[in-house]
Amino acid sequence: MATHNFKHALFCAIVTIIIAYPILGLNLVAQGTTVGLEGATPGTVISVILAAVVVFLFQLFRDNIMTSLGKLPKLNPLSGREPMPQAKRVKMESWVLTGIIVLALFWPFFVSRGSVDLATLVLIYVMLALGLNVVVGLAGLLDLGYVAFYAVGAYTFALLSQYFGFTFWMALPIGALLAALFGLMLGFPVLRLRGDYLAIVTLGFGEIIRILLNNWTAVTGGPNGIGGIPEPTLFGMEFGRRVKEEGNTSFHETFGIAYSGEHKVIFLYLIALVLAVITALVIRRLMRMPVGRAWEALREDEIAARSLGMSRTAVKLSAFTIGAFFAGFAGTVFASKQGFISPESFVFLESAIILAIVVLGGMGSQVGVILAAIAVTILPELAREFSDFRMLVFGAAMVLMMIWRPQGLMPMRRIHIELKQQE
Amino acid sequence: MLEVQNLSMRFGGLLAVDGVNLDVQEREIVSVIGPNGAGKTTVFNCLSGFYTPTGGKILFEGKEVQGKPDYKISRLGMVRTFQHVRLFNQMTVVENLLVAQHRHLNTNLLAGLIKTPNYREREKKSLDRAAYWLNRVGLLDLANRDAGNLAYGQQRRLEIARCMVTEPKLLMLDEPAAGLNPAETKDLNQLIVSLKEDYNVSVLLIEHDMSLVMDISDRITVINQGRPLASGTPAEVRQNDDVIKAYLGEA
Repeated sequence: MATHNFKHALFCAIVTIIIAYPILGLNLVAQGTTVGLEGATPGTVISVILAAVVVFLFQLFRDNIMTSLGKLPKLNPLSGREPMPQAKRVKMESWVLTGIIVLALFWPFFVSRGSVDLATLVLIYVMLALGLNVVVGLAGLLDLGYVAFYAVGAYTFALLSQYFGFTFWMALPIGALLAALFGLMLGFPVLRLRGDYLAIVTLGFGEIIRILLNNWTAVTGGPNGIGGIPEPTLFGMEFGRRVKEEGNTSFHETFGIAYSGEHKVIFLYLIALVLAVITALVIRRLMRMPVGRAWEALREDEIAARSLGMSRTAVKLSAFTIGAFFAGFAGTVFASKQGFISPESFVFLESAIILAIVVLGGMGSQVGVILAAIAVTILPELAREFSDFRMLVFGAAMVLMMIWRPQGLMPMRRIHIELKQQE
Repeated sequence: MLEVQNLSMRFGGLLAVDGVNLDVQEREIVSVIGPNGAGKTTVFNCLSGFYTPTGGKILFEGKEVQGKPDYKISRLGMVRTFQHVRLFNQMTVVENLLVAQHRHLNTNLLAGLIKTPNYREREKKSLDRAAYWLNRVGLLDLANRDAGNLAYGQQRRLEIARCMVTEPKLLMLDEPAAGLNPAETKDLNQLIVSLKEDYNVSVLLIEHDMSLVMDISDRITVINQGRPLASGTPAEVRQNDDVIKAYLGEA
């Protein structure tokens, strides 16, 4: 055992050196017209060796370290408690959620403009993650191209406003419905696929949409994107300093208050909040409706579900369509918030981040997904100085989650329908 | 109500089912028996639409149904259970029965979102129906348990209840007594007979347990190596020389 550990530790240390030295130590330097290779500085060499020693020691005493870490959860006083009865839990959950929503309503009036802006982005991700949660968490269909529907929503609004002068409120339902239509269209060919195959096809679909937007320069402006997307108005009141469109009034003049750039930001935040709350509530209801039960049934045992007369086509398509619908919602808000969109905003990384939010939060769990959306969006902003290491930290966090809490931050606890005992 | 003519199913070079004929009348219990690997479950899979038969006709209430997708066949009123119980394990017992009633529910999304009175009423009805059937198969006390935590015999009964809430005309049971002890088999026996007597359901049964088959069947069809061997009343089948040979081996 000891020799085995020693060999393994030595091997890990050597791998560390082999990987770390070329990446950190060797630099390409321009020497006139040619490129030369520069060796590592002593400082780098020392840190690489130090890292190798740390890896070696950790692997050598790995068993001891892991067992002592395994005792850690006992420090958490809540870990051994009995699960709450369902009725109590549902009640508490709705109280907590109401509290959060009320807090979120008044919060923007006391903080800086930057924070409100960031919070709007968080809410957009909440919408996206809740929508993807339907597809991945509830229906069990791994969708790696979810960002495509987000793009459809955003571009629908951008194009409609550019060519036909549509306002935010007119474009919002159209964007969502068009995204849903795309979900339906993608759904048909991929219905027979499952697991890995489905993931690959959806991944391809996401790329098709992005590349189409990138190359169809005549309509979408290609990589230059579309700018000048209007902000939402409140009953025809604009939030700019001067009114842009004929017939509109401006918010600050109507209410006789001084113009402030913050009004606009807060208004957008509130719209995003309302839409996110609607998304959460609608999906919450869907989960308890026959369609929600059908998603779960098909995920658990497709053959049994079909033998009971459930059409695989209808059930899977409904999940795809509803998930895409909310991505369209989020896309429209995003376009309006940014005022400018380009295919850059809809790369695969976005899909991966949204999926990561769902997995981190706990598949199928709404509260968990919301928490994860907040964490994944805000943490990188707080740690701007470490932005070089963002992907490293992100990857490490994913690995650690999979080791210690593979079920996610707050795993889904199904809300069961209870049969009351008849007297 | 069910008539199977010359059914055959070929997997590559293997002819798993070859020229099987079957018929089930209203309110009748028909059993399909045969040694292991005789092709009984393959016949079932063809009937329930999991396989598309390579030859022959399946008529259900006079209409050809061979080659139709499984969910459409089940909607016509032919519902089956499985040799290895297939429940939705993470759902509770009562939810298993609600899932099965999705067709009787108002599936209009908007109606559900705003909880129209019609939607509530249907939801309540389906809960009542679920409660009724749970009571019928003796699982009412366990209604809010996870289906995966039930004992095996209870899972069997739940699977039958799950079929019954879809209001089938023909119930197809694939080895319902497998893994049950004699007392449970006896209960099952009574349950199947009462389904026929009280709910006008025809039953097509695959079974190894001869006591069950001989007790409750109106007619029996014997299949051996994919081919029909004999059919008739239990008494006739018991006397049949070919059947005795197939089961006991040649003397």
